[in-house]
Amino acid sequence: MAIRTRTPSLFRPRTPIDQGVLTENRKLVDVNRRGLLRGAVSLGALTMLTGCDVSEIDSVQKGLRAVSTWNDGVQQTIFRANHLAPTFSPAQVKKPPRFNAYYPIDDVKPVDGATWTLELAGRIEDKRPWSAQRLYALPEQEIIIRHVCVEGWDYIGQWSGPNLRDFLQRVGADLTAKYIYFICADDYTESIDMPTALHPQTILATKYAGEIIGDPFGYPLRLRTSTKLGYKNAKWIKTIEVTNEFRETYWSERGFNWYAGI
Amino acid sequence: MAQATASSKRSLPRRLHPLPLRIMHWINAVAIFIMIGSGWKIYNDDILFSFLRFPDAIVIGKWAQYGLQWHFFGMWIFVLNGIAYLSYGIVTGRFRQKLFPISVREVFVTVGEALRFRLRHDDLTHYNAVQKVLYLGVMLVGILIVISGLALWKPVQFSELASLFGSFQNIRLVHFFCMAAIVVFIVVHVTLAVLVPQSLVAMVSGGPAIEDEAPSSGPVAPEMKTPH
Repeated sequence: MAIRTRTPSLFRPRTPIDQGVLTENRKLVDVNRRGLLRGAVSLGALTMLTGCDVSEIDSVQKGLRAVSTWNDGVQQTIFRANHLAPTFSPAQVKKPPRFNAYYPIDDVKPVDGATWTLELAGRIEDKRPWSAQRLYALPEQEIIIRHVCVEGWDYIGQWSGPNLRDFLQRVGADLTAKYIYFICADDYTESIDMPTALHPQTILATKYAGEIIGDPFGYPLRLRTSTKLGYKNAKWIKTIEVTNEFRETYWSERGFNWYAGI
Repeated sequence: MAQATASSKRSLPRRLHPLPLRIMHWINAVAIFIMIGSGWKIYNDDILFSFLRFPDAIVIGKWAQYGLQWHFFGMWIFVLNGIAYLSYGIVTGRFRQKLFPISVREVFVTVGEALRFRLRHDDLTHYNAVQKVLYLGVMLVGILIVISGLALWKPVQFSELASLFGSFQNIRLVHFFCMAAIVVFIVVHVTLAVLVPQSLVAMVSGGPAIEDEAPSSGPVAPEMKTPH
């Protein structure tokens, strides 16, 4: 008891500290508020100058991608399986179409239609490869629809080729599988969900405005669906795989939304 | 009225800005910051006006995908918080009390006062006619920016909605001008909040306690005509 009253705390010194040290180091004691502010502002400016982006912090990027995946689910829920996109008249069609790829148009490596074959993989009964000749002999469907790019531009395009649903049925694909995965001649990869593959306005396009598609736009075979952003429409398709396994695609791997529905 | 019975039960005085309102206000501030900054990044990828490109230093996201990720994350906060805010304002009668009635004559008088720097804001609990118009206007713009955003995001799934705008690029223009209107609002709003700091403090602490009163019944309540 006596000890407690005499020394309130064991950690408090019994003799007062020499206050002189405070006056001698006045500059350290008085935090210069203006200086602090200036420092904070220049630190902020520095993060911008060095191009430091909070989006690139691992946990932040993980969180943002989790929301993007959640948005995939939301988009799947609001997808209307038989709702048709607006269609347009041939007079509104842009010729030639606008080019889009992950490289400039001059870097396009044309595919040789004579030696090219379409390979089939995954949950498909008849996996025999298709030559361009056989594929081009299939019944065609024409759609004049809007192409919407994730960047914000759009144009009206006139596409024709075999309907994807018909094609999948013809080769005995498992229509209850989850994804259709495309591998392209330029090593681009893309995949779509089955409901989109079965949508009436989803085709394997071989022609644009009534003529065989030009090299920069996907010759000899590309996907064209009315319900997805531009980048989902794989060009120069080499392989179609029907699968239940989700795999990242060229753009989804880089942080763009996978579902990308419109 | 209902408010009278509610006040007799209340132990704490009612504040100008009740706690739920303050929370929603600041959540909205963060959401708007994210939406505008990331929206500018998205805009830069395909500009609408040749003279306008937002500097990299003021956009959110170094790459296009980051801008898009933030925008489609922020939209949930903005929309859900916005729905909560509008519902709160309507259900509690706050909008009816604070924002109505609006007199056209009073709007002109208040603008005149403001231009002659004679506008006074002694009574935080009372909104002048210009404030009423601005607050109501920015709420309507907020609703329109969500509607145009939905049409932009889903021009096929919501093709009926998208067709109301004419063309796809028109939807972008509407979405853009709504953003511009909100930016103008923010400039005015923040400037006035800084000029009348107690209003800024009130949005943090709740502001002065207010008497529960029945909403004014006349078209223009007498106290609104207070001369400068």
